[in-house]
Amino acid sequence: MDPAERERYWTTLMEQSLQGDARAYEQLLASLTVGLRGVVRRRAHGVGIDIEDIVQEVLLALHLKRGTWIRGTPLAPWVAAIARNKVVDALRRRGHRSEVSIDGVAEALVTGSGDNVEHAGDLSDMLARLSERQRDVVRAVSLEGYSARETAERLQMSEVAVRVTLHRSLKALATMFRTVPSED
Amino acid sequence: MKTEDLIRALAADGARPIKPVSHYLLRGILGGALLAVSVFLLSLHTRPDLSQALRSPAFVYKIIVAAALALTAGSLLREVARPLPTSARHFGLLIVSPALLAIGVGIELGTQPAALWLQRLVGHNAAHCLSLIPVLAAGPAVCLFVVLRRAAPARPASAGAIAGLAAGGIGAMLYALTCPDDSPLFVATWYTLAIAAVTGVSAYAGRRLLRW
Repeated sequence: MDPAERERYWTTLMEQSLQGDARAYEQLLASLTVGLRGVVRRRAHGVGIDIEDIVQEVLLALHLKRGTWIRGTPLAPWVAAIARNKVVDALRRRGHRSEVSIDGVAEALVTGSGDNVEHAGDLSDMLARLSERQRDVVRAVSLEGYSARETAERLQMSEVAVRVTLHRSLKALATMFRTVPSED
Repeated sequence: MKTEDLIRALAADGARPIKPVSHYLLRGILGGALLAVSVFLLSLHTRPDLSQALRSPAFVYKIIVAAALALTAGSLLREVARPLPTSARHFGLLIVSPALLAIGVGIELGTQPAALWLQRLVGHNAAHCLSLIPVLAAGPAVCLFVVLRRAAPARPASAGAIAGLAAGGIGAMLYALTCPDDSPLFVATWYTLAIAAVTGVSAYAGRRLLRW
């Protein structure tokens, strides 16, 4: 895919995602992740930071803030702005200062010099700090791949409660990333 | 949990349509305005000569200046709520209200004898103005902050300041209905000070509360 094509592809997926199309959304996030890994690796290279940690933090932020994307505007600069913010923050938390430009990140994203190798990255420390119920719900939908309804049946909760618990857990994870250095 | 597991959790959470932040901003500004109107109706009253005042250009003008501030700052909210930097062109909108006010001051200085300037600037109720505008602006400011916490402002302090300006504009519009001083000299001094205070506090609060 050339950059313009990729941009169109992402924008279409994002429009579908905001209408509640979970499959389009999963596809979008997976596709963005490849580019994000490349971006993060280049910016955080040699600093001794787990790349996948930052990628996960960026994905959470993209998710929780997806309402700030304006329909009809290109997606890559918006993704790049969020990624840049998170990379700079992550570096700062570990005492590194860095100049990262949104344009540079956007360009790297659409030109697709990505990295599809999954690096370590492991949320288990943070998952451990969720409540038991939250952990159960997150495990069921992520590791075990159950839908909200199936999770509700298994855990004997209402489907609405599953959705609310899931959403709160994700917000809690995002806050943990922001407030605690995940290294050292 | 690996990244692909996280993505699955995010997709599960994203299986519902969501509304853009601008939708909530509009609600926030309407809710905030309603709150300010309630505070006004419960604790203040319009000035007794309102029907005459409505025919006075200076009275109508100060309402227009305040409304211009509320509208221009309010329309900027969607921009400053985004993670991308806001262009200078957008911020340029903010010049409208001060420019209108400056024209009013110019007319006042040109038509009133210099001997009256100070008296009109000091007015009757400067202390009221300084305290009531922030009181009336508080509700809208809180509503906007609640909504902006959902957003991802590139500059949290600026987003807070713009929310403060919009809230200050709403507060000033309402306060103008009870304030007996119509001189642009009074408005340019005391309204500006009151709104600047609201904006300053909001910018500070934005830096603390609107980071994401």
